[in-house]
Amino acid sequence: MKELAEIVSKNEEQIRAEWIRDMGKSVQRADLMSQVELEEQCRALLSAVAAALKSSGSANLSAAGWNPVRDLLQEISTSRARQGFSPADVAMFVLSLKQALFSVIRRDLSGSQDRLFEVVWTATELLDRLALITTEAFMAAREELISRQQQELLELSTPVVKLWDGILALPVIGTLDSARTQVVMESLLQTVVATNSKFAIIDITGVPTVDTLVAQHLLKTITAARLMGAECIISGIRPQIAQTIVHLGINLEDVVTKAKLSDAFALALQRSGRKVVREASAPVNPISSLFAKREE
Amino acid sequence: MDRIPVLRMGSLLLITIQVDMHDKLAMQLQDDVTQRISEWGSTGVLIDISSLEIVDSFIGRMLANIAAMSRVLGADTVVVGMQPAVAITLVELGMSLPGVRTALSVEAGMELLFEAAAPTQSGLADERPQV
Repeated sequence: MKELAEIVSKNEEQIRAEWIRDMGKSVQRADLMSQVELEEQCRALLSAVAAALKSSGSANLSAAGWNPVRDLLQEISTSRARQGFSPADVAMFVLSLKQALFSVIRRDLSGSQDRLFEVVWTATELLDRLALITTEAFMAAREELISRQQQELLELSTPVVKLWDGILALPVIGTLDSARTQVVMESLLQTVVATNSKFAIIDITGVPTVDTLVAQHLLKTITAARLMGAECIISGIRPQIAQTIVHLGINLEDVVTKAKLSDAFALALQRSGRKVVREASAPVNPISSLFAKREE
Repeated sequence: MDRIPVLRMGSLLLITIQVDMHDKLAMQLQDDVTQRISEWGSTGVLIDISSLEIVDSFIGRMLANIAAMSRVLGADTVVVGMQPAVAITLVELGMSLPGVRTALSVEAGMELLFEAAAPTQSGLADERPQV
C-alpha cells in the first residue's frame, strides 16, 4: 500500500496536530502524564509508523521494518501500566489516531471513492493491529507487575523476629502453601544459624485454616530445625484449629504446642534456664532508693 | 583424603567432616568410630558437619547408623552445625534422623554430651557391677 505511506509521510505534521487535539477531547489524562511527554510520544510513534510504512508496507507487522514501532509501543504501554492507566486508555491512545488519519486520507483522495475506501480499510486494519500490540504489551507489563508484587508479598509476609537471646519467633500470616513453606523454612533456618538460637516459636495465629497439608509443612519445618539443633514450639493454636487438628487425626505429639505466643515464650525462657520476675519493691524515685541503701 | 580423622577429647570423640562425603569414606568412618569407642571407652561422639554442604540419603543413613551403633556401644551421639540447606534436603528425603541428637554449635553439643554423661557415670556403678 504505497498510497497510505505517501499520505502519512506527506501529512505527518498535520496528522499529529489533529491526533493530539482529538486525544485531548477523549483520553488525555493530565493527572497521570504531562502534555509535553504525550506530544513527544505521539511524535516518536507517528514518525516510526511513517518510516515503517515506507520501508515494509502495512501487510506484515512482524516484518523487520516494524520493529522500531513495536518496541516503541511496548515501551509506551509498559510505562503506562506503571503509571496506572486503564487498558481502555492505552488502547485509545492508538485508536484515537484513526480520526486524524482518516480526515487526511479523505481530503487527499476525495476524487476517487474506490481508492479512498481501499486506503481507509488498510489504515483501519493497521491501527487495529497496532492497538492490539499495545494492549498485549500493556497486559504483559501488568502481569509482570502482579507477579513481582506477589513475590515481594511472599518475602514480606514471613519475618523472623528475635524475642530474646537465643529465642526466635516466626509469626506466620496467611495460608501456608508449598511455596510459602519453602520461604518460611529457609528464612527461619537461616536466622537460626545467623543468631545461634536454640528455640524457635512458630506462631500460627494468622493462619486461617490448618489442614493435613499445612500440618505436614509445619512438621517438615520443625524437623529441619531439629536437625540443626534448634527446638520448635508451635503457638497461636485457636480452639477451632485444635478441633480440626484432632478431627483430621494429625499427629502433633512430638511437637510442643501452646495456645498463646506468651505461653510458648515463657516455656522457651524456662528451658533456656531463664526466669522473668517482678521486682519486689521497685523504687519510686532514685532518692528514696538512696535512703533505703543508707538504712541498711 | 582417604579417611576422616577421629579425635579423642577425654571421654569424647570429636569428628569434623570437612570434605564432601562419598560412600567409601562414610563406610570407613563407621568402622573407625566403632573401633575407637570400644578401644578408648568413649561415652560421647560429636560429629561436626558444619562444612558439609551436599548430603544424600546414604550419608543421612550413615549418620543415623553411627548414632545407633554408638548407642549399642554405650556412647551418645550429637550431630552439630547442620546447614539449613542440608537440613531441608534431609527432610525432603524423608529422613528425620529420629535417634540422633543435634545441636547448633560444637560448644552446645559438648554441653549436651557432658550433661548426658554426668548422671550415667554416677548411676553406672550401682547398676552395672564391675566385670
